Amino acid sequence: MFRKILIANRGEIALRVLCACQELGIPTVAVYSEADRNSLHVRFADEAVCIGPPRSSESYLNIPHVISAAEITNVDAIHPGYGFLSENANFAEVCEASHITFIGPSPEVIRMMGEKDRARREMSAAGLPIIPGSPGVVPDEDTALKLAGEIGYPLLIKAAEGGGGRGMRVVHKKEELIPAFQTARNESQQAFGSANVYLEKLIEHPRHIEFQVIGDRHGKVMHLRERECSIQRRHQKIIEESPSPALDAKTRDEMGARVAKALSKIGYSSAGTVEFLRDEVSGKLYFIEVNARIQVEHPVTEMISGVDLVKAQIRLAAGEKLDAVVGKPHFHGHAIECRINAEDPDTFAPSAGRITAFRVPGGPGIRVDTAMYSEAVVPPYYDSLVAKIISFGDDRPEAIARMSRALDQFVIEGIKTSIPLHKKILEDPDFIAGKFDTHFLDRYEAVAAR
Amino acid sequence: MKRKDKKSGARQLRHSRPDLREVSEILDFMEEHGLEEFEYENSNIRIRLRKRQSNAGIPFHPAHPVPEIVVSHPAASSAPAPDSANSAPGPIDENLHVIKSPIVGTFYSSATPGADAFVRPGDHVEAGRVLCIIEAMKLMNEIEADVAGEVMRVFVENGQPVEYGEPLFAIHPSRKQ
Repeated sequence: MFRKILIANRGEIALRVLCACQELGIPTVAVYSEADRNSLHVRFADEAVCIGPPRSSESYLNIPHVISAAEITNVDAIHPGYGFLSENANFAEVCEASHITFIGPSPEVIRMMGEKDRARREMSAAGLPIIPGSPGVVPDEDTALKLAGEIGYPLLIKAAEGGGGRGMRVVHKKEELIPAFQTARNESQQAFGSANVYLEKLIEHPRHIEFQVIGDRHGKVMHLRERECSIQRRHQKIIEESPSPALDAKTRDEMGARVAKALSKIGYSSAGTVEFLRDEVSGKLYFIEVNARIQVEHPVTEMISGVDLVKAQIRLAAGEKLDAVVGKPHFHGHAIECRINAEDPDTFAPSAGRITAFRVPGGPGIRVDTAMYSEAVVPPYYDSLVAKIISFGDDRPEAIARMSRALDQFVIEGIKTSIPLHKKILEDPDFIAGKFDTHFLDRYEAVAAR
Repeated sequence: MKRKDKKSGARQLRHSRPDLREVSEILDFMEEHGLEEFEYENSNIRIRLRKRQSNAGIPFHPAHPVPEIVVSHPAASSAPAPDSANSAPGPIDENLHVIKSPIVGTFYSSATPGADAFVRPGDHVEAGRVLCIIEAMKLMNEIEADVAGEVMRVFVENGQPVEYGEPLFAIHPSRKQ
């Protein structure tokens, strides 16, 4: 087991990793920017090293400073948390070269999953379904027509060299294809200097479904079921839950097995998440990408499986076998997580500042992961996550009831938070019925825009 | 940089251990007299206790301020060491320009082991003069003075790990000619 672990992160996840280390009896080193001098993970760690000014690029993303801190405190492992350097293959390599274990997948796997096109090709080759689309750039109108026939409608024409919606067209019918193809190419040429476009099936009412995976360093990978993460705003998740109201046991077991097999094939280890889009019409799941790290919403899976994912990461990185660390989890109940952000619940404008009152809800089935406290200052330099509330119940209605109650009892003053938005969502009939997709939050954006 | 003794097993402090009874007495003394900061130095040890500001700290123990404890060997100073507890050196003179570490690493006062130190207290330096080396990831980084003046204090010891922002030298800037 490791002698000492450096936590290369901040905020709630740094505290989360610290919890796991303390439970395993492993001494900890916290690194922090000058803005985080008074943060909880610094306070609770055994040692702490200031690694830079507030700006992330000069502190938490500063590889030489992080590695240097690891060297002077003589650690033998680094946990990167999520974000920051957690999916930086370069950093993972530097750790290895410095004889420090990087608690995560290997640099090669991180690199593979970071190149999204390559990840899609590799996962497809390993047996996961990907969104139907053209094999590459579509050179001319005849090819476009032929491929569109195979892919089916509706479909998207997308610019190969850029994004942001430019050079993109939705095509619902065959008759629309050629005009759209021409316009998209022109627009792409204007915007990116290249007319290259490709085709992709459009999933109209997509649900974001992701599978949690965990693997050891001996080739064994297993899945820990799925999380439903469709409640998103601008691709940022704000509510996650497990199990997904949309998935039946057969789909879950089958896709879970395929996911575990595919990741085992490419040598995946540690924790990871395999993301899919689910087509409402067909019920089919399509692979999008792999996040080769522990995720923000990992507590949802922890609650329904009883597996401590962070402790598992540490033990697996130390060489223990998957069977010994995870065994056969007992899945039961329903868990929901709300990400409480420091922002205006209507306009979504960020709200940094000093928290003047902070009272965390408790009671049955409620877990709160937070690094905030009364009189703490939410700095403007980092993400706006203030706390995660996770509710757990025997079934979805109980999880919802507990979450609503907890949201009512969570006192945060001095800053604005997204709690009112979360309360609204939890009361929404569609949410309660489990009927939603990734466009769910549009209904509130329309209100905000007025 | 913080190091904390844990109940489960004392971790070696880098420098000589303070007498905890003494520290406890000093804390009581501070409470009694409403002191914010207390600094004590003798030939073996220097202790600085600073009360955390009540509106920035965590009110876990609202009745007792959480002290920040800095324990270190006294700066390598040519000034005569105080010979009793009553002559604790005052807080850092505001006119002094403090040079802080711009990186994380290990501080070396000379170019090679055994060689003379780059600078000593009392030396006059020009801007750009190399004051020390900080080693980070096997690379030696030369730290230069950014002002001209007299080196008054060296805050760290040869071989000591330093963090970003750690005070290294105090220089009394010379007046412009």
